[in-house]
Amino acid sequence: MRVGKTLAEKILSLKSHSEAKAGDVVIADVDWAFVQDTTGPLTIRQFKESGFAALAKPQQTIIFLDHAAPSPAQQLSNDHILLRRFARETGCRIYEVGDGVCHQLVAENFANPGDIIVGADSHTVTAGALGAFATGMGSSDVAVALALGKTWFRVPESFLIELKGVFPRGVYAKDLILYLIGQIGVDGANYKALEFGGEALARMTMSQRLTIANMAVEAGAKVGLFPSDKITRDFLREHDRSDKYQPLYPDAEANYERVISVNLNQLEPMLSLPHAVDNVRPVAQAKGVKIQQAFIGTCTNGRLEDLAVAAEILKGQKRHPGTRLLIAPASRQVLIQAMKKGYIQSLLEAGATILPPGCAACLGLHQGVLGDGEVCLSTANRNFKGRMGNPEAMVYLASPATAAASAIRGEITDPREVMEGKS
Amino acid sequence: MPDLVLKGKAIKLGDNISTDDIIPGRFAHLRSNLSELAKHVLEDAMPGFASRVRTLSAVGAGKAILVAGKNLGLGSSREHAPVVIKMSGVGAILAKSAARIFFRNAVNQGVPVLLCDTDKISDGDELEIDVTGGKIANLTSGITLSCSKMPPIMSAILKEGGLIPYIQKHKGFNLEN
Ligand code: SF4
Repeated sequence: MRVGKTLAEKILSLKSHSEAKAGDVVIADVDWAFVQDTTGPLTIRQFKESGFAALAKPQQTIIFLDHAAPSPAQQLSNDHILLRRFARETGCRIYEVGDGVCHQLVAENFANPGDIIVGADSHTVTAGALGAFATGMGSSDVAVALALGKTWFRVPESFLIELKGVFPRGVYAKDLILYLIGQIGVDGANYKALEFGGEALARMTMSQRLTIANMAVEAGAKVGLFPSDKITRDFLREHDRSDKYQPLYPDAEANYERVISVNLNQLEPMLSLPHAVDNVRPVAQAKGVKIQQAFIGTCTNGRLEDLAVAAEILKGQKRHPGTRLLIAPASRQVLIQAMKKGYIQSLLEAGATILPPGCAACLGLHQGVLGDGEVCLSTANRNFKGRMGNPEAMVYLASPATAAASAIRGEITDPREVMEGKS
Repeated sequence: MPDLVLKGKAIKLGDNISTDDIIPGRFAHLRSNLSELAKHVLEDAMPGFASRVRTLSAVGAGKAILVAGKNLGLGSSREHAPVVIKMSGVGAILAKSAARIFFRNAVNQGVPVLLCDTDKISDGDELEIDVTGGKIANLTSGITLSCSKMPPIMSAILKEGGLIPYIQKHKGFNLEN
């Protein structure tokens, strides 16, 4: 008897040339391997220490200079030199300062349904939106993947997240994933695959899927996988790789460890409170908390659709004088399109500071480090103590709409209040 | 090759110690200078951690053993987290559960990570750990704890002292060993 496979089992079977079942350990072919500028230097040192000289797949190996971009410190500038030199020596691809966040660039340019992607960055899971088995690993594992073009995986058990309904006005993919993490807990899906399904997917844009897959790791998951469908096909066509499309669905009889059903119609704007991502509440419960900084960007919410939502809310408005408003487009492409559509103009007129495409303030290294006792409302994916560069500061996570509305009022605000009256 | 039986004293931490707690992102400029980076290990979460490890290791009681609650090492993929823990002198890590990437990174660095009920261990307890057998004798309380098994490939990597020495020896992954 043939038992049905989950998406994770399907991809890992294909890439390990075996019948992979949850719990098995397999060796799988790696289609794309990448590092960024804070994990890359260690990866390269380990690669060289191991005695490896050549990359298994130079054209499928990518270096991104995005975390410290442009570099705020001489040591990081020297790390960039090391990474550029490695790219020249090995013939791998490299994306420069200002090109954008690694996960956004992987989605725009490389990830395809059924691919295996390993990145020395935990949010590599983002590409699961395109039906790629994409996961974060440490420097040693990526160094070995660069050299061998393979790695080992324990095939994860899967949770099915079944989505139905339509997002109400003012509620977005970010609110859904925060809600889910609140339900599952920061370690509730440790070692598991989150697989998304249900009738709501037919209306869920790639941008929304990327936001959701991006945060799968915040519930501990190894991957956050979407089936490859018409929306995937359209996205690939828009990005000049129609030929990479293949439909990919879990089998009907697939075995799920847990099924979680969510009716989108019942969701409301959500927040994650300091200092844990699963400390999730409706925005209404933290209304009125003063914020000194609002940050819209990152691999979670720095895409064109996110900037569109923020620009629509901020158009003709001004940020509160006590609140800095920082915007970092997720990639050069996003920035160019946002300029063409007039979003950047609206945001600048509202008092925003536009940061270069890249990680910007997300990891506490530069471009928006918080002061003691300050509060930031961020569209990023993490609010751990110290995350934005100061253990004495507080980070709340929310959607771009909530961040934009809160920037206007200078305090945490339900975006629906500000959107009222607007078309 | 790491010691597969080791003795030492417990340093206890709580639940959900993130990689930002272990080594905050604000020190990213020190990542190519590991000995400087290591000075900041866990400094926000447990001030004085590095000097406590040094004291414990110096009194000849073996190596300090980091004992955490659930979901140790959640967050970033930075392998620098287990690297600085190892450099501080910690000989092994025990936790109720560990985040996936951190767990794999620590083993890749040749640091044993054993999962067990760490509520049965108090700060300062003297422990004897049998890594291969997955047993922990709490010499202070007299309790023996058993640990959950890791996949054979991880035990093999640990046995060689980490992923890089493993690959140098085997020239690839081998699921048979
Ligand atoms: S934007 Fe933030 S979460 Fe995303 S890759 Fe950069 S630092 Fe990591």
